Amino acid sequence: MNWYGLYTLFGKEVWRFMKVASQTILTPIITVLLYLLVFVSVLEEHVTVYENISYTAFLISGLIMMSIIQNAFANTSSSFFQSKMMGSLIFLLLPPLSTFEFYLAFIGAAVVRGLVVGLGVWIATLWFIVLPIYNLWILLCFAILGSAILGTLGLIASIWADKWDQISGFQNFIILPLTFLSGVFYRIDTLPEFWQKISYYNPFFYMIDGFRYGFFGISEMNVAISLAIVCLFFTAVSAFCLWILHIGYKIRY
Amino acid sequence: MVAAVSISHIYKHYGNLHALKGVDFEIPKGSFFGLLGPNGAGKSTLINIMAGLVRATQGTVRILDHDVRLQWRQARHALGIVPQELAIDPFFTVHEVLRLQSGYFGLGRENTPWIDELLHVLNLSDKANTNLQKLSGGMKRRVLIALALVHKPPIVVLDEPTAGVDVELRQVLWEFANDLHQKGHTIVLTTHYIEEAERLCEKIAILNEGQLVALDNTSVLLARYPYRLLRLSLTCHDVILPTGLQDKVQSFLKNELVLRLHKEKDQIGEILESLRGANIQFSDLHTEEPGLEDVFLSLTSREKGKK
Ligand SMILES: Nc1ncnc2c1ncn2[C@@H]1O[C@H](COP(=O)(O)OP(=O)(O)OP(=O)(O)O)[C@@H](O)[C@H]1O
Ligand SMILES: [Mg+2]
Repeated sequence: MNWYGLYTLFGKEVWRFMKVASQTILTPIITVLLYLLVFVSVLEEHVTVYENISYTAFLISGLIMMSIIQNAFANTSSSFFQSKMMGSLIFLLLPPLSTFEFYLAFIGAAVVRGLVVGLGVWIATLWFIVLPIYNLWILLCFAILGSAILGTLGLIASIWADKWDQISGFQNFIILPLTFLSGVFYRIDTLPEFWQKISYYNPFFYMIDGFRYGFFGISEMNVAISLAIVCLFFTAVSAFCLWILHIGYKIRY
Repeated sequence: MVAAVSISHIYKHYGNLHALKGVDFEIPKGSFFGLLGPNGAGKSTLINIMAGLVRATQGTVRILDHDVRLQWRQARHALGIVPQELAIDPFFTVHEVLRLQSGYFGLGRENTPWIDELLHVLNLSDKANTNLQKLSGGMKRRVLIALALVHKPPIVVLDEPTAGVDVELRQVLWEFANDLHQKGHTIVLTTHYIEEAERLCEKIAILNEGQLVALDNTSVLLARYPYRLLRLSLTCHDVILPTGLQDKVQSFLKNELVLRLHKEKDQIGEILESLRGANIQFSDLHTEEPGLEDVFLSLTSREKGKK
C-alpha cells in the first residue's frame, strides 16, 4: 500500500473543499435553514409523526442526514469531474496509486465533507430545537455509511459523465427523488400502500430511518435491518465503483 | 543491459482507427532518444501507453524491465512524464501542487529540498506561491516539467516540451534536458522541430501512421540519406529546365533553384553541363549536406505520396 500517497490525496481533497468553505459548507447549512423556515412554520401544528417527537425534531434529523449525503455526493462528483474535464486528472493517474487507494482517498474526503456539513447543520438548528442523542455510535455509523455511499455514487456519476449536464441530471433525476421519497419530510407508513411498498425498495429510506433512530431511539424499521441493508448497498456500489476504476472505464482508455 | 523502455508488438485500436500497428523497439538506458513523426503518427499514444494512461490493445511495454500493466508501481516510479497538454489543477499554488505530486509518490517533507531546487533550476522560485491559474503558458510548461521530475525518475519523457515556447525558454529547456542527460537520466523527446532533435538526440525513432519507419543513431540516419542539395542563384527566373533535371527539383522560388542530387548516381559536373546547354545562367552555387528534416520528410510525407 502507498499509504503516504493515499493520505496526500485524501488531504488534498479535504483541503480543496475547505478552500471554498463558504460554498461547500455554509451554503448547504443555509439551504437547510430555509427548508426549516418554510416547512416548520406551515406544518408544525398539523403533522404528528411520532408521539413525543415534534415535527420540527423529526424534520431536522432528516434534513441533517439529507445534507450529509448530498454534500458527500457533491464532493466527489465536482472534484473528480472537474479534474477529468480540465485534464489535470492525469496527475492522479501517473503516480503509483492503486484503484483502491484512489477510491479510499476520494471517499474518505466525501465522508469528512458530509460529517462537517452535518455537524454544521446540527449546530445551526440548535436555535430551533435541541435534539436528544439516543445513541451517538448509531448516528455516526449511518452518517459515515450514508456519505460513503453517496460519495461513491458521485464518483461513479463523474466517471461516467461527459458533460456537466449529465452530472446534474444524475443528481436531479436519481439522487434528489430518492432523497425526497425516503422519508425526510414524512413517515413512510403514513403513505398510501402503493407508495409505501415502493419506498421500501429505496435504500435511502434505510439511511434516513436508521440515522433518526440514533437521535430518538425510535424508527419505522428495526435498526439492525436498516444497518444490514445500508451495508449491503454500500458493498454493492463500492464494488461497482472499484470495478469501473479498475478497468479504467473512460479514464485509462 | 536492461533497456530503459522496451516496447514489443504494441497495437492500439480506437474502434476502426489503428493508432499503432505493431510498434517494436527499445530505448537504451542513458540515451537521449528522439521520437519523431508527423501529427497523428501515434507518438503521444505510445507515450501514454508507457505511462499507463492508455492501455494497449495488444503487446507489452516494460520500463526498466517492469511490465507497465503488471508491475505498474515500479514502472510508474521509474517514469517522469511531461504531457503534451497544459492542464494543471487551478486550485493550488506552484509549491502546493509540487508538494502534493511528491506526496502521491510517497515522498514527504524529506523531498522539500529537491522541490526547492527544481523551482530554482526552472526559474520558478519567485512564482512558488502564485496560483497556477495566474501563470503564462511558458511558466505552466515549466511547472509541468517540475511535476514530472518531482520523484527523481530515471527516465524522463518530454512530449513536445517546446511547442509554443519562446526562443529563450527553448534554450533553457534544451540546456536543462542536456543536464539531466549528463546526470545519467534517460531522456525521451518528441518534437516537431526537427533541428532540435538533430541537435540533441543521439538516437532517433520515426513513427508514421502508427508504424516505425526508422530507428537509428542520428548520424547513421543522416548518412543513410543518399541525397545532397545543390543550391543555385539564377540570374533570370524565366527559364525552362532541361527535362533530365525536372524530376530533381526540390524547390524553385524566385531565382533560387534547389536540386536534390543522388550522392552516387548524379554527377555535379554533368548537371552543370546540362544547365549550360540550356543556356541557364547562375550567379552563385553551393552544395548542402542533408539535414534530419530531409530524412524525415523522405521517410514520412514522400512515402505517402508514393502510395
Ligand atoms: N482517445 C482517443 N480516441 C480516439 N482516437 C484517438 C484518441 N487518442 C488519439 N487518437 C488517434 O490516434 C492517432 C494518434 O494520435 P497521437 O495523439 O498519438 O498522435 P501524435 O503522434 O502524438 O500527434 P501530434 O504530433 O499531433 O501530437 C490520431 O489519429 C488520433 O486521432
Ligand atoms: Mg502528440
